[in-house]
Amino acid sequence: MLPFKSSVSKFASRRINQNIIPLISKNAFSTSAFARSAIPSLHTFTEDEEMLRASVAKFAKEQVKPKVKEMDEHELMDKSIIQGLFEQGLMAVETPTEYGGSGTSFTAAILVVEELAKVDASVSVACDVHNTLVNTLLIKYGTLAQKEKYLPKMSTDTVGCFCLSEAGSGSDAFTLQTRAEKQGDYYVLNGSKMWITNSYEAGIFLVFANVDPSKGYKGITCFIVEKDMGVQIAKKESKLGIRASSTCSLTFEDVKVPAENVLGEVGKGYKYAIEILNEGRIGIAAQMIGIAQGAFDEAMPYLFQRKQFGEFIGDFQGMQHQYAQIAVEIEAARLLTYNAARLKEQGKNFVKEAAMAKLYSSQVAEKAASKAIEWVGGVGFTRDLPLEKYYRDCKIGAIYEGTSNIQLQTIAKLLRPVYSQ
Amino acid sequence: MRILVGVKRVIDYAVKIRVANSRVVTENVKHSMNPFDEIAVEEAVRLKEKKHASEILAVSIGPTKSQETLRTALALGADKAFHVEVAENEEVQPLQVAKALKAIVEKEKPDLVLLGKQAIDDDSNQTGQMLAGLLGWPQATFASKVDLNGRDLTVTREVDGGLETVKSKLPAVVTVDLRLNEPRYASLPNIMKAKKKPLTKLTPAELGVDMTPRLQILEVSEPPKRSGGKKVGSVDELIEKLKNEAGVI
Repeated sequence: MLPFKSSVSKFASRRINQNIIPLISKNAFSTSAFARSAIPSLHTFTEDEEMLRASVAKFAKEQVKPKVKEMDEHELMDKSIIQGLFEQGLMAVETPTEYGGSGTSFTAAILVVEELAKVDASVSVACDVHNTLVNTLLIKYGTLAQKEKYLPKMSTDTVGCFCLSEAGSGSDAFTLQTRAEKQGDYYVLNGSKMWITNSYEAGIFLVFANVDPSKGYKGITCFIVEKDMGVQIAKKESKLGIRASSTCSLTFEDVKVPAENVLGEVGKGYKYAIEILNEGRIGIAAQMIGIAQGAFDEAMPYLFQRKQFGEFIGDFQGMQHQYAQIAVEIEAARLLTYNAARLKEQGKNFVKEAAMAKLYSSQVAEKAASKAIEWVGGVGFTRDLPLEKYYRDCKIGAIYEGTSNIQLQTIAKLLRPVYSQ
Repeated sequence: MRILVGVKRVIDYAVKIRVANSRVVTENVKHSMNPFDEIAVEEAVRLKEKKHASEILAVSIGPTKSQETLRTALALGADKAFHVEVAENEEVQPLQVAKALKAIVEKEKPDLVLLGKQAIDDDSNQTGQMLAGLLGWPQATFASKVDLNGRDLTVTREVDGGLETVKSKLPAVVTVDLRLNEPRYASLPNIMKAKKKPLTKLTPAELGVDMTPRLQILEVSEPPKRSGGKKVGSVDELIEKLKNEAGVI
């Protein structure tokens, strides 16, 4: 937009002196006018971010890809892949260096999630939840002692998970029932959690429990719980998609958590949950654009290998229109995601943009994965090709970390004050 | 013991090459470090990790964008980088590269030079050999195993007939082959550390090297498309076809 603005102001001042006023500056459509723009596009990354993206893409292609089918079939994440993620520093992207992390940008984490998702959405979400939900909360609200105790572990070998949802509380998260009773120097946790990503592999659990139900949601407190304190895996879900990502129900039976393991302030847990999910949302958006692009990249070469009626099917106009449309939507979703990430880095308000990114990306992922199978036809429908997995994996995007309906509510609520009295 | 590693920025191995106007199209095409150079860097890093080497210097002769490749080398474990900058689209040929590397070797005095056996764009397989010749150093090419004991170098080479083991003393030039090792990925912590490592820019003039190509490329064309084969019923038929149809005997 900048070049057009400057062109307008240029002949606004000329107007005073000249009789003949050009309607459009002769430079308005030339590339040199755009080259003078100081604001770079959303496809601009630092050298580190570019190198990281290339490295993760390579790692995903060489180390993760060969195991994708097996992990999906057995509904189990390969330990060597989790280890690989730790070794590459991908489980501590934003963590400060003094705790074993790399202290890199939020966008860097987003790029990691995106590149992993192009190959396997399960590996991507494991990395995403660990980084954007668990690490970030510890970094933001942890005391020095908590950070020193837990962040190094989370940077080297211990997987973390985020325990908010319960059987009776999903979207209505703050009606959670898990209780935390103060008993001397401990809180005793009782209750259960459901739909917890990473829980099978996790050693550290951020558990949201209520210390005082009479206060309603203002009693919700976040606790750092170690597996050894007594966390029990009740049930591992068997899912439609992201099957290698463990999703379990957890049971807490008189689990004693030291009082010093309260994260942040007692009763402020609800606030932390809302905040962190706003960010985590962008991570899910990144996972979704990864799925969309991954499916697209798998399908497209086939269109120029398969011939019907003497032509490559990719050259039929009907097909051209379809894949062009999908490419547009993937790009739009990508830009929404990158922009939300950069807004957050800038310290600007990003809640609406994050909700938009997640909402739209999950829709685009579903569309792209679905179309990709259609384009490839019968063989795309078989399990011999990875396409059907993208289609199964994308569905969760409209559900977790805030359902699509909740995203729409969020966006609507933020729009209302702009237009109402 | 210091190691000099040569790295080249080439079109990524996975890209489908397109030829236009008797040259390979390089604009808007993904580039990365020559795969054999990655193996060379990996070997250097492993030697450093085993405490055989104290410092790794990475060098690249190429246009401005070669700096990306050098930064990757730093992220993989090299300590310092040298960029001999040439103009965009300027042709860089093995003899000139060997001369530039010789100049740097004489400046920095490494004990071992590790290079990829060839670059996947020109497949010359000459630079290492020419460099050794210019320096008067021993050379061990197509290395599939490198062992260092003090200043004694033992290299197993993959040759047409099988494996050959050669011994020499440092300083030496070694070119690496595919099976030497499996390169690591640039981990995020190392990518961040690479930012602080020095990258020095040099010009061919400073090194006293004339980069003018000595070879002129007359034509570049795609190889002929593979045509279908035929089945034959007997050896006699095969010989008849090879003689009369294919004209090869």
